[in-house]
Amino acid sequence: METLLQQIINGIVLGAVYALVALGYTMVYGILGLINFAHGEVVMVGAMVTLAVIKLLAGTGLPLVVQLLIGLAVSIPACMALGAGIERVAYRPLRNAPRLAPLITAIGVSIILQYLVVLVWGRTYHPYPELLPTTPFDLAGARISPAQVAIIFFSALVMAGLLWLVHHTRLGRAMRATAENPVVARLMGVNVNHVVTMTFAIGSALGAVAGVLVSINYSVAHYQMGFILGLKAFTAAVLGGIGNLGGAMVGGLLLGLIEALGSGYVGDLTGGLFGSNYRDVFAFLVLIVVLIFRPSGLLGERVAERA
Amino acid sequence: MKFLPVLLSAAAALVLSSCGKQETTSSSDTVKIGMAAPLTGSQSHIGQDIKNGTLLGVEDLNAQGIEIGGKKVKFELVAEDDEANPAKATTVAQKLVDAKVVAVVGHFNSGASIPASKVYADAGIPQISPGSTNPRYTQQGYATTFRVVANDDQQGPACASYAVNNLKVKTVAIIDDSTSYGQGLATAFENAVKAAGVEVVAHEHTTDKDTDFAAILTNVKGKRPDLLFFGGIDTQGGPMVKQMKALGITAKFMGGDGIQTPNLLALAGDAADGVIASIPGLPKDKMPGGVAFLDKFKKRFNADVELFAPMGYDAVFVLAEAMKRAGSTESAKILAELKKTDYKGVIGPIQFDDKGDLKNGPITINLVQGGKWQPVDTVVPTTAAVK
Repeated sequence: METLLQQIINGIVLGAVYALVALGYTMVYGILGLINFAHGEVVMVGAMVTLAVIKLLAGTGLPLVVQLLIGLAVSIPACMALGAGIERVAYRPLRNAPRLAPLITAIGVSIILQYLVVLVWGRTYHPYPELLPTTPFDLAGARISPAQVAIIFFSALVMAGLLWLVHHTRLGRAMRATAENPVVARLMGVNVNHVVTMTFAIGSALGAVAGVLVSINYSVAHYQMGFILGLKAFTAAVLGGIGNLGGAMVGGLLLGLIEALGSGYVGDLTGGLFGSNYRDVFAFLVLIVVLIFRPSGLLGERVAERA
Repeated sequence: MKFLPVLLSAAAALVLSSCGKQETTSSSDTVKIGMAAPLTGSQSHIGQDIKNGTLLGVEDLNAQGIEIGGKKVKFELVAEDDEANPAKATTVAQKLVDAKVVAVVGHFNSGASIPASKVYADAGIPQISPGSTNPRYTQQGYATTFRVVANDDQQGPACASYAVNNLKVKTVAIIDDSTSYGQGLATAFENAVKAAGVEVVAHEHTTDKDTDFAAILTNVKGKRPDLLFFGGIDTQGGPMVKQMKALGITAKFMGGDGIQTPNLLALAGDAADGVIASIPGLPKDKMPGGVAFLDKFKKRFNADVELFAPMGYDAVFVLAEAMKRAGSTESAKILAELKKTDYKGVIGPIQFDDKGDLKNGPITINLVQGGKWQPVDTVVPTTAAVK
């Protein structure tokens, strides 16, 4: 029972991270129909820039939480600029090109970013400082750390904030209009380029925070961390229904839970035939089954609410 | 007419030497020894260490003035960088073969030594690895593969011996990283503890890219083992130790030489205290020729020995001894004598078994205390049988 509760907590934390990153994929897809494969790398750059800032501040004796906030104050704008810059340089010139062209460009950008980070910070796994208190909370025998609480809390907050932004602000209305039909939106006076830039910037800001939270949780950052995280988050977005904000959240949580419970119990249930190393197989099996019955994902009604 | 034969033989010697067969004919007295290790990249500190060790060996040999087959020879080191990359390893192996080295000291990574060994075997050149511990390296059926370090089949049982005899564990859980190194080590450990009657309550798998171990650690926690053994390297081991402590797992954490690194200490932070790891060989200051070697090395390179320099140094001397006994610098003859090696090196007595593995290579058990690795025990494989 204690183990089950702990596995559910593990799954929710993992799922909240996937959801946070998945939002970045799904926002861009909703508006441009483009899969921004470089998003995982933006997440990684967010973690790395924050780490660099914190290292600079190490001697100042500021409280760790203040250092963390200063780090975020640098890395969030940096990632917003990076995200918007990627769009301007790599995607905008290809906006009317066949859909495969920007996809390949996205993969290219992702590789370029990884190796730029290698140039600056090297290939080593960087230990991440413990910026949040580490004493875990006890929940009926299961444990949850403050960093994990922060991940869940922040993800929920961001989700609510994004829904509000999309449904109750001028920018949100412009985003929905652009998603519906960019040409008509432009005729109605919407500055489509500005909307797209803002979408990339917001998604990248969320990515930066996700990168920092993940690194604090696992206490390590490295240049490849964005690749696998991005792949899983993208999977979560597809599972939930890509282009749908709520779908990213549901898909992320579901994928996290499947992975945690899968690696926890598949081995015991199959008598050791499939071990915990089959958790990704298990996760993708669920994805395939869901897509067979609901090809556009769990919450896949993209038309009304995509943004 | 007396000088005609002299002229003729001089001409013959000229022809011979221009045929590029210098290293086996008596017309040249330079013997090339190859060396390959990662000299650049994230493992360059280890590669440079091995290179310096072999270089020191070559310099000492030249200073001693070695005679082989009644002829004074001069040794020359040809160092190549394999970047810890399997594909690059075969390329530099071919380069060394083409440079007509008589023997090779290298490579460091098992993943480099194994593919390169085929190139050396095809050329009939003996290869002595100073640091590759994957058992498969010497089990491919090549007569040319040797190593001066204990392999993982010996490291796993050594860990098991320490866990059972010293830590008195009754139940263990095992996690491996699904690589050939990690799985090999974990399996060797598992078999040895099982043989000693210890219950293996879980054997979980992760990958060498993962950093999230919450799910498998939770599973392990539910089984309440006395000890968690990890077959893998520090980049996973560090975060794993940290996450283990965060989940409130009180089991001891043990692993092989892949986690016995400063990097583990950096990645695991305070959680590292109490982590146990084995490493092939003796602690460098406990090696029979250790203290003298450390001094000499420091004087020559103005750097401290990292880890494998003494193995590189000894490998060069083992080769020179084989050449002396063979009275030849031909690879085939060196090879035949190499198998009969009985040499007292810096690292201790060196003998090879029929596969080319080091006989009775000692293994040191280390423990993290106060944020530092401290040797706590030494296990020799013949006595590693669990009591």
